[in-house]
Amino acid sequence: MTETAHHRGMWRWLTTTDHKKIGILYGITAMGFFVVGGIEALFIRLQLATPNGEILSADAYNQLFTMHATTMVFLVVMPAAAALTNYFLPILIGARDVAFPRLNAFSYWVFVAGGLFLTVSFFVGGAPDGGWFGYAPLSTQVTEVVRMDYWALGLQVLGLASVLSSVNFITTVFTMRAPGMSLMRMPVFAWMATVVSFLLLFSLPIITIGLLQVFLDRNLGTGFYSAASGGDPVLWQHLFWLFGHPEVYVLILPAMGIVSEVLPTFSRKPLFGRSFVIFSGIAIGFMGFGVWAHHMFTAGLGPVAEAAFSLTTMFIAVPTGVKIFNWLGTIWGGSIRLKTPMLFSLGFIFLFVIGGLSGVTHSIVPSDAQQHDTYYVVAHFHYVLFGGAVFGIFSGLYYWWPKVTGKLLNERIGRLHFWLMFIGMNLTFAPMHILGLNGMPRRTYRYAEGLGLDLWNLVATIGSFTIAASLLVFFWNWYRTAKHGQPAGDDPWDGRTLEWSISSPPPEHNFDVIPVVHSEDDFWHRKYTENEAGHAVTVTAVPSAPAAEGPIHLPSPSYYPALASSGIFVLLLGLVYLPWGLIAVGAGAVVTMWGLFGWSMEPLTREDHG
Amino acid sequence: MSVALHEEHAHDPAHIRKVAMWVFLGSECLLFGTLISTFLLYRTRTGSGPTAADVFDIPFTSVSSFILLMSSLTMVLAHHSSVRKDYRQMRLWLVATALLGVTFLAGQVFEFTEFVHEGLTVTTSPFGSSFFVLTSFHGAHVAVGVLMLLVTALMSFTGKWRPDAGMDVELVGLYWHFVDIVWIVIFTVVYLLQV
Amino acid sequence: MSLPQRKGASRRHRRPLALAVLVAGLVLTACAGDDPTNLGRVVDGDVPQNSLNPAGPIADKVDSLFWLVFWMAVVIFVIVSFGLVFAILRFRERKGVTRSVRQVHGNTRLEIAWTIVPAVILAVVAVPTLSTLFEIRTAPAPEDDALEIEVIGHQWWWEFRYPEYGFTTANEMHVPMGRPVYLTLTSADVIHSFWVPRLAGKRDAVPGRTTNILFETDEEGTFIGQCAEFCGLAHADMRQRVFSHPEAEFEAWALAQAAPATLPTEGAALAGWEVFQTQCISCHAIDGTSATAQFAPNLTHFASRTSFAGATLDNTEEHLREWLRNPSSLKPMTPERNDLAAGRVLGMPDLGLTEQQITDLIAFLETLR
Repeated sequence: MTETAHHRGMWRWLTTTDHKKIGILYGITAMGFFVVGGIEALFIRLQLATPNGEILSADAYNQLFTMHATTMVFLVVMPAAAALTNYFLPILIGARDVAFPRLNAFSYWVFVAGGLFLTVSFFVGGAPDGGWFGYAPLSTQVTEVVRMDYWALGLQVLGLASVLSSVNFITTVFTMRAPGMSLMRMPVFAWMATVVSFLLLFSLPIITIGLLQVFLDRNLGTGFYSAASGGDPVLWQHLFWLFGHPEVYVLILPAMGIVSEVLPTFSRKPLFGRSFVIFSGIAIGFMGFGVWAHHMFTAGLGPVAEAAFSLTTMFIAVPTGVKIFNWLGTIWGGSIRLKTPMLFSLGFIFLFVIGGLSGVTHSIVPSDAQQHDTYYVVAHFHYVLFGGAVFGIFSGLYYWWPKVTGKLLNERIGRLHFWLMFIGMNLTFAPMHILGLNGMPRRTYRYAEGLGLDLWNLVATIGSFTIAASLLVFFWNWYRTAKHGQPAGDDPWDGRTLEWSISSPPPEHNFDVIPVVHSEDDFWHRKYTENEAGHAVTVTAVPSAPAAEGPIHLPSPSYYPALASSGIFVLLLGLVYLPWGLIAVGAGAVVTMWGLFGWSMEPLTREDHG
Repeated sequence: MSVALHEEHAHDPAHIRKVAMWVFLGSECLLFGTLISTFLLYRTRTGSGPTAADVFDIPFTSVSSFILLMSSLTMVLAHHSSVRKDYRQMRLWLVATALLGVTFLAGQVFEFTEFVHEGLTVTTSPFGSSFFVLTSFHGAHVAVGVLMLLVTALMSFTGKWRPDAGMDVELVGLYWHFVDIVWIVIFTVVYLLQV
Repeated sequence: MSLPQRKGASRRHRRPLALAVLVAGLVLTACAGDDPTNLGRVVDGDVPQNSLNPAGPIADKVDSLFWLVFWMAVVIFVIVSFGLVFAILRFRERKGVTRSVRQVHGNTRLEIAWTIVPAVILAVVAVPTLSTLFEIRTAPAPEDDALEIEVIGHQWWWEFRYPEYGFTTANEMHVPMGRPVYLTLTSADVIHSFWVPRLAGKRDAVPGRTTNILFETDEEGTFIGQCAEFCGLAHADMRQRVFSHPEAEFEAWALAQAAPATLPTEGAALAGWEVFQTQCISCHAIDGTSATAQFAPNLTHFASRTSFAGATLDNTEEHLREWLRNPSSLKPMTPERNDLAAGRVLGMPDLGLTEQQITDLIAFLETLR
């Protein structure tokens, strides 16, 4: 479909159903929230730079650490991974779009509604302040303060957005692959995105019910988590971590998928033990549902349960180790080009090994009772989620930037970005291991003098500003590339997978002709072949031009997804301020129904399954 | 999946929608699973309020369960008619299914009213909280199903509706059967095993 | 990665880094407040809450388990990162010269090896882990003659009950040396976590449930800790102190604590008792008097404690005066949300006392020895 007059500018973005545009929207939104979450972190670090810091009140601090975690998990890392998945999953499997383009737009706009809803709370009486984990009965305690209502509702809606996009991605992978793209030929990133979708699909419902129960305890007086009425606060911990631990793998697996694409490309070698990497990802996904109680080793589950979860937690390290060894096997004997995407992927391995090993120490129940809820744990999961997930995502950004924008990010600025971020990250989080072992609990807005915590806290604060500086360098690179960047060409990295076979940026329909796939790393095999010694030889014969196809139908733009999700936003606000908020609930419900009804009545084309 | 099989289904919207519905129902299983687990944990925590044996009226709930079960049969007949392209019949069966669903919901409303009179409310005890939230969550699913049935029946009058597009009967049927099966589990676990 | 030093960390190694951060430090020092707790005065040592400085046989076991796993992790880290750095240096492409690379797709034998070897290492680690776990989680036998103490978490202070002696105290726990101590924890409101790092790992105090900690110390002295589960506004200011004494001294302390309070009969202290009866009695208890409320710390032997307000303030007249003027100015609390009927206590309210009343109250509290 060609652009008509009213499909330009902002309107075009608001109504888009193109998976690539939606991917860009996810990416930009995630980057915006990354700045918000980062500023929250800097405030936290300023407060903790010295003993008895007085920059923040206890109240402000509790809001900030709650929102820092909530923002980074739900509004940064998840949507950043969703951005790359949206943009590249269809292209990697040789499809023209996801299975349900309008549902895809709806997922994005519901995510925006949830993100804004959570952020709005800062301006109306304070943001959620009971921790991103919202342990009951603290989260259900004071009913006249609505902060944790924002949290309970916001997370439910963000969960809805993620479930819908998971359904979409899974359906896409199982029904939309190009001819010859068998499951085992799918790129590892596509595989990891699929595993992540399944993890979300099965873990989010659990937390949704938990959050519903918290909301009802707060607003209807039910007794799910109130010990006084016979409820059990520990149930919440089970439900939360049954979601929360798979969630950890939701955050890290996309990064592992990216690294598994970047390392082969920049080593000029196929991924070592490809099927082992894929199956270890699946194994991590399955085992991720069986380790949740290691977050509860101090809650008094009894030694038998603790022993069982200690063992499962130890053994989830095995498939994780398999991945790391295969990545080492991939670069071993390769021809390594240390471009920025590769630097971030190598940094990922280094930092993730540290985070993984400190994770193993958490499975040692007796000593975990010392480290639990201390800065040692904060150090551990930042090595995994910052050193892991964020480094992986930046690797993916530098890798795919030329494909998305048609321009290569500057290498020298990129290297500066990497080294600043790498140093800043270690400066911030390595000292936290020591702080935790030295007895500093998490979520404390101040610490006393004389505890021996002063020096390392100051170092961590300096590190956090180094990270902030590295991010400024990235934004500078972004700006500079947009202004003066060199055209990248279709295949700047000598890539291996299908996205490099099409133009940069890709046409709206992705492929002029749907490719027929003959092997894994199909695009590489179009360029090279292996001689008897197993070395790559450039293919000289150009494959014959494929037959032209009939007209390509693209999903038409629609404003109904954005409309329906704006109704959800109003409805949520109404739910916080019951009973008079019922008016807003009704109005929001009407708008949502209007959007959904308009959506279902929109004319369909055969190719438009939305 | 072999290439041949894959191509056979490629770009078949009905197939794609069906896969999506199955995936979505997989997620729904966990929603109900969590609610049922909560109920099982709290089934005996009745505090000073009534217990399951005090309030449950098994013969009554058996009848309403039977009604819901029958609606699965009418749903099958509706789908069968739509396959035969007998849209008059199909509409009849769709409406019949919706009516059975509404009857079930009416039974649930009656049952809830009785329980409240006997002193069991959503705030009485964790047993009451988890019972009411689970069963009304299921009731909400039935209500959404009824809405989908009626919309499908109504839309079949308009020119915009085609049997192979939009919200087709098979898709609604998948959802409806799922909701019925969940009720069988709830009836067994929540009612029969607790008295 | 640098390691936390065990006992007596050397400051010399830290000096260059300290200099490097001096500038930033100076800027930030301006933002720091004063420290009423001054924990350095309470406890000797650079790092009084160091979890790697165990002060008893049970904490020792946990500590050596940590170091075992830690050193194994260090060995693995060194091997993997050495491999990584070596591969990068050895196989790096130079000056755009593409090396002809053999397209290796995998090696099943290697895959099996690096699946099994880590599994075996973990199985080896699992053995001491599980045996230590069951050992420290076993309730003491009657012949161990463990001292039982009930610990109840409140927002934001700790209540300690000694059922053996029949008294209740707050924030400061005294224990005998060389005798196992068995804590039974629960909570009056939200989840807290009792943690004195040098004595034992933490355990959560969960409303409606009980959990236990078993510890023993052979060192005479003061051990400090703080709540480790986020419990709301003043979570950071919910601290506790544990004092260990030789058995005889402990017995003497316990017997003194078990005695009821003697009420003053004259002067400012008597006037203070009158104030107490109108202002404080709805929340605080004093054993042997008409004050029996359980919402706030039991004050029967308040003057024998070194600290108050969740062990964050030294028990001095100056601090008491400031506290009684406006408690929330010293520790963040939200007493305006208190609801005694619903059992919800979120801090001590500003009672609007006159300076005279405060002086009298302090005089009265001084008599509660």
